[in-house]
Amino acid sequence: MLDRRSFLSTGTLGVLASAFAPRIAFARAATNRRFVFVIQRGAADGLGTIGAVGDPAFAGVRGDLAADFATGTKLDGMFALHPAMTASAGLYKQGQALFAHAIASPYRDRSHFDGQNVLETGGVSAYQVRDGWLNRLLGVLPAEEARAIAVAATVPMALRGRREVASYAPSNLPDASDDLLQRVTMLYDGDRQLHALWSEAMATRQLTSDLGQDGGRNAAATGALAARLLKPDNGARIAMIETGGWDTHTGQRGRLAAQLKGLDVMVASLQAGLGPLWADTMVLVATEFGRTVAVNGTGGTDHGTGTAAMLFGGAVKGGRVVSDWPSLAPAALYEARDLKPTMQLDAFIGGAVSSHFGIEPARAMAALFPASAKTAAVEGLVQV
Amino acid sequence: MSASSIALNRFGLGARPGDGVSGDPAKWVLAQCERFEARPAAIASAPSTSSVSATLATYFAQQRMIRAEFGPRRPKPAPSAAAPMTAPSAFMPMTGPGAPTPMTAPAMSAMMAPPAMPGPAGDKPGEAARRAARQLAGKQSRDDYGGAVAARTIAALTSDAPFVERLVHFWANHFAVSTDKLEVTGLAGPMEFEAIRPHVLGNFADMLNAVERHPAMLLYLDQAVSVGPDSPFAARRPRRRTGLNENLAREIMELHTLGVRSGYTQADVTEFARAMTGWTVAGIGRGPGARMQDDSRQDDARPGAFVFLSEVHQPGDRIVMGKRYPAAGEEQAQAVLADLAVHPATATHIATKLARHFAGDTPPPAMVKRLQAAFLESGGDLPIVYRALVASPEAWVTQPVKFKSPWEWYVSTQRALGTTIVQPGVTVGMMNQLGQPVWKPGQPVGYDDIAAAWAGPDAILRRVEAAERFAARAGPVDARALAPTLFPASVSPATTQAIARADSPAQGLALLLVAPESMRR
Repeated sequence: MLDRRSFLSTGTLGVLASAFAPRIAFARAATNRRFVFVIQRGAADGLGTIGAVGDPAFAGVRGDLAADFATGTKLDGMFALHPAMTASAGLYKQGQALFAHAIASPYRDRSHFDGQNVLETGGVSAYQVRDGWLNRLLGVLPAEEARAIAVAATVPMALRGRREVASYAPSNLPDASDDLLQRVTMLYDGDRQLHALWSEAMATRQLTSDLGQDGGRNAAATGALAARLLKPDNGARIAMIETGGWDTHTGQRGRLAAQLKGLDVMVASLQAGLGPLWADTMVLVATEFGRTVAVNGTGGTDHGTGTAAMLFGGAVKGGRVVSDWPSLAPAALYEARDLKPTMQLDAFIGGAVSSHFGIEPARAMAALFPASAKTAAVEGLVQV
Repeated sequence: MSASSIALNRFGLGARPGDGVSGDPAKWVLAQCERFEARPAAIASAPSTSSVSATLATYFAQQRMIRAEFGPRRPKPAPSAAAPMTAPSAFMPMTGPGAPTPMTAPAMSAMMAPPAMPGPAGDKPGEAARRAARQLAGKQSRDDYGGAVAARTIAALTSDAPFVERLVHFWANHFAVSTDKLEVTGLAGPMEFEAIRPHVLGNFADMLNAVERHPAMLLYLDQAVSVGPDSPFAARRPRRRTGLNENLAREIMELHTLGVRSGYTQADVTEFARAMTGWTVAGIGRGPGARMQDDSRQDDARPGAFVFLSEVHQPGDRIVMGKRYPAAGEEQAQAVLADLAVHPATATHIATKLARHFAGDTPPPAMVKRLQAAFLESGGDLPIVYRALVASPEAWVTQPVKFKSPWEWYVSTQRALGTTIVQPGVTVGMMNQLGQPVWKPGQPVGYDDIAAAWAGPDAILRRVEAAERFAARAGPVDARALAPTLFPASVSPATTQAIARADSPAQGLALLLVAPESMRR
């Protein structure tokens, strides 16, 4: 990591600065806002992150997995936060963390890769939309704000599209390999078959890099790295971080705790790294779909539907859980197994992003989620 | 793709530096038939059927000696040829190229020395000897296998007749054996070298005949242990569990000739299997032919040689697909085989597979019809079929029609780099890593010849990783200049740009090796 950091300080930031320099020279940013999208690849268990402890069915159906919430932070009369997320609990108390529950993208099947494609493209079904909503967001921002970087080995789907974006990966592979992978991504961009295969290969590669690994040190380093990429005036305004390891089919209790610890540490190190800029920052955490309500035979949960999404940052109007709770009673479950989604993730993201950047909500929805354009964005998520 | 690029890549195995298509591309492809060497230097010095068989025969003789001295082994499935040691490991340590050391008699008796001593873990008597023999045979087989893989690769890399080399690979996959058995591990290469290469420009019936008589096939599909239920051999051993084995007979009909669901019945398979009884291998395996050397009854039968044992043959006439084949010993099955070789269903089967290999995963019906007609009218004269193939416009469409298999991709990258020598262990390990171990499809149907089998995300990632390694080790190569040599007038602007923007020559080369042009043909 040391080598990478020193390379970064002398190399990457310089490259970034010069890449953005022509626009920067005389520009005055419309806003000072920063936005980070943290994708949880592998279907993070929303119910295991924010427990519905006030739901009479919760303790029974969740068994062991419910036990952790005894020591978690009470968020309100219904919900408690997983005890591993101590920094997040602190942000919640300060009104800088907001959770949305029983939320889902338009995708209703249970394939990771298709689900992630929908989450990232902003379409309603997989492989229908060719670019990512985060790339399209660049198109509706003032030019001086339209700078994004992927803190990832390759440019993830959400950032792919017409607008150029940078990328930088905290990887253990030699730099040259990362670079080659990125170049192969570009090389295959116009080749439908190879592009699809390559995207999936890269997604799988990400799934194998667990957030909980290494006692969260990786996660902290990634958060710090993202902050360094976002902090300079001439740096990126939008960053995307990929996290894997959420696919907890077995032994979820320990694994999810480690994952959530990693996520918590990452958010904390982003906050620490951004310093005063945290006041102008919004971090969105979202996953492709949730997991089954019931625990399976191996102490884990299987692919489900409704889940939770999170917003962190000084700009967030937090300290609350936004949810039209559908209940965990057997009759209330989606397809008799999953948390029923009662909020559209598209509308939630559209609302958060449009308020954050001061874009008219309908315009943001049309650009980011054209298929859901008629859906009203969820308003009031951000301090204006 | 330009016609030249199609000639080099779809019909050939990829261009080498300095290669070029002169004159009419179709004629250029066919002219390679005049240049093909059935036995180039690399193949000539590779392990042969007789050298590999001699090693195996020693091993099997030794197993019998241990058995005679210590009695049968504990009842465990798959005794001597346990699977784990026959499977080439993902990254075999590098072994010397080519020539395996023949196992000498003194070496064998040295191996025989420890058996009397009990094994460390309280083994049954003889277990240590069995284990030592097995380990030695396993190592020998892997060495033979590695040597043969290297020979095949070098032949493909250095050939001036890549079209014909491609056809050798095609036929080897058509007549697939799989090195899942100890006996097959070392013999798969020699089968390709001695039964397929000499006939690739000959008649289909001759290739079929040579393959079905080769020990690799006879052992792989269990023909060597098949015994006629009413044969004198079975009559002398009423209590031994011997009998008919239909495996090879069925696969000849289903895979090698007629094709599945082409009209033959289970009764036809059984009758053909009865006709084939007596076709076996001298000196190797556990079939009735294996002990011949000990018995000294057939001094002329070298280990690994095809032998017909009349005492194992099921007596009587056979009726296969409505035709009566009178009792004629070895010639009976031979007559069935000869008819199968020229059957219309066989022509359709072969025509379909050839069309799929050269014109796309969904073979164009008109082309299949044309090839089938060429096959039938010529009585399976392969060069005539190849001419019909090269003359088919469906094989010259400008869009790539095939996603390269790992073998095709690997060979084309090495030809592009001008590689002419490979180390056995490296090639074996690379093909395992790329997902297509040589001669090890795991089933007699061979490897699939469709994109769905090879175009997977992980497979692509491995090619990218491999390409980076190849490029790092290659000398100074200017990928910008190499690209149009490999794909004349067919390099896309995206590939040209990616190479031009690479931050080093090696990175440019790696990008060229995994560009869309390099992945398909």
